[in-house]
Amino acid sequence: MSSENSTLVKLNNAGFKQNDKWLVEGVSLTVEKGKIVTLIGPNGSGKSTTAKIALGIYKNIEGSVEKYTNKVGYVPQKISIDWTLPLRVYDFMLLTENINDEAIDEALTLTGVIHLKNKNLGNLSGGEFQRVLIARAISKKPELLVLDEPVQGVDYTGEIALYELIKRISDTLNCGILLISHDLHTVMTATDHVVCLNGHVCCSGSPMDVAKNNEYKTLFGEQASQILSVYEHKHDHVHSDKGEIKKN
Amino acid sequence: MFDDFFIRALFAGIGIAFVTGPLGCFVVWRRLSYFGDTLAHSALLGVTMAYTLDLNIAISVFLISSVIALILIQLQKKTNLPGDALLGLLAHSSLAVGLVVIGFLTFIRFDIMGLLFGDILAVTTDDLLIIWTGGALILLVLKLIWKPLFASTVNYELAEAEGLNPDRAKAIFTILMAAVIAISIKMVGLLLITGMLIIPAAMARNISDSPQKMVIFSIIGGLLSVVLGLYSSLEFNTSSGPSIIAASLVLFILSLFKIKQSIKLKN
Repeated sequence: MSSENSTLVKLNNAGFKQNDKWLVEGVSLTVEKGKIVTLIGPNGSGKSTTAKIALGIYKNIEGSVEKYTNKVGYVPQKISIDWTLPLRVYDFMLLTENINDEAIDEALTLTGVIHLKNKNLGNLSGGEFQRVLIARAISKKPELLVLDEPVQGVDYTGEIALYELIKRISDTLNCGILLISHDLHTVMTATDHVVCLNGHVCCSGSPMDVAKNNEYKTLFGEQASQILSVYEHKHDHVHSDKGEIKKN
Repeated sequence: MFDDFFIRALFAGIGIAFVTGPLGCFVVWRRLSYFGDTLAHSALLGVTMAYTLDLNIAISVFLISSVIALILIQLQKKTNLPGDALLGLLAHSSLAVGLVVIGFLTFIRFDIMGLLFGDILAVTTDDLLIIWTGGALILLVLKLIWKPLFASTVNYELAEAEGLNPDRAKAIFTILMAAVIAISIKMVGLLLITGMLIIPAAMARNISDSPQKMVIFSIIGGLLSVVLGLYSSLEFNTSSGPSIIAASLVLFILSLFKIKQSIKLKN
């Protein structure tokens, strides 16, 4: 496959300005089929903005975005749903595309929330809702998945399972994933390409390259060492919250 | 059959209820009640234009309401005033200008009460034709834009990100609002049209757990209000608009009992 037609979305020196303030500028990155690109960076570094530029939500941008697919699944970081709407999980799954019941059940089962199918969306807990959001995004079998902090509010074991699921989806559906995560463990285990943001691209490359980068080390300080240690484990196990080692 | 004014009114009301049901749900979901009011108030200008230029009232109201909606969108982009202030500005100034223009048109005898509160005697067979063809058209367009409109009502960014073009759906919906006001003005009157949109939908919200159910109950609520309202309007010699709205209020109050029950069940 040539690199030309495996490209799903390409940002060329893209940036976005709001109220005369740059939220992010000069970002170039490419998401290809079957690859996971992760954005990392401190709060306010423009991760979500970059995702929204890639998705075409922001219109008046600097630079350019080339998008080669319309089959997109999006898990936003913040979602404010108006609870004046009577909306069940089932209705929410059909929000942007009419998919069949089997696909709905399959996705809800994968994220472990099939029992909530007929519940009102407003009655879910934060973690449950997050799992529904992920289920909705993957149920439409997208070519491009954009996940903005997809496991926020999910319990620790669930978090690991969901990240494994995301990795599996990228393999089975051969879809490209643009992932935003603050969890450096995850970044290392699943990612093909890391972009470190801080209002601009600090550094980017394979997880290993980024881990060795000095700018990255200043940005993340103490935490930065995690990225190396995790990487060198080769991931034949995961850690529980008590520090015990669990084999995969 | 349509010789009888009451049968005409009944069929007009039924046609209107089919359209205000689903549109009203979106008005409630998208918090557009004041927007509806503004368009309805501007309809008075449309009526005066119809009389002066000898146009059909529904068409003239539709044109003026669409223009007011466009002006509103422009003002929202160009000024820093909050949305409700702009709505109030347009609603009251267009109502005022409409009334002033009526004052000048001394050669035409206006039934102001009929304009404001609806008049079942005024419904002609031509009006019926406009209500039913216009209504069918509105419902057809609403069905076509349902997906993007509903998705962006739930969450704008999801709809935009997943390629549904919510801005276009919103613009089309604005025009549908102007159209529904245009076809229902004779029946319900311009002060009460928004009630016809909101109250059956609010009643439906109390007794539904999914969007589809809410739309269906909203239509049923509207139909019942029209039938009950028109019969009592005939019986007690009251204006048709207030009678229909009062009937829908009764239905809304009844729906509150259903909420009480479901809260009890939860505890």
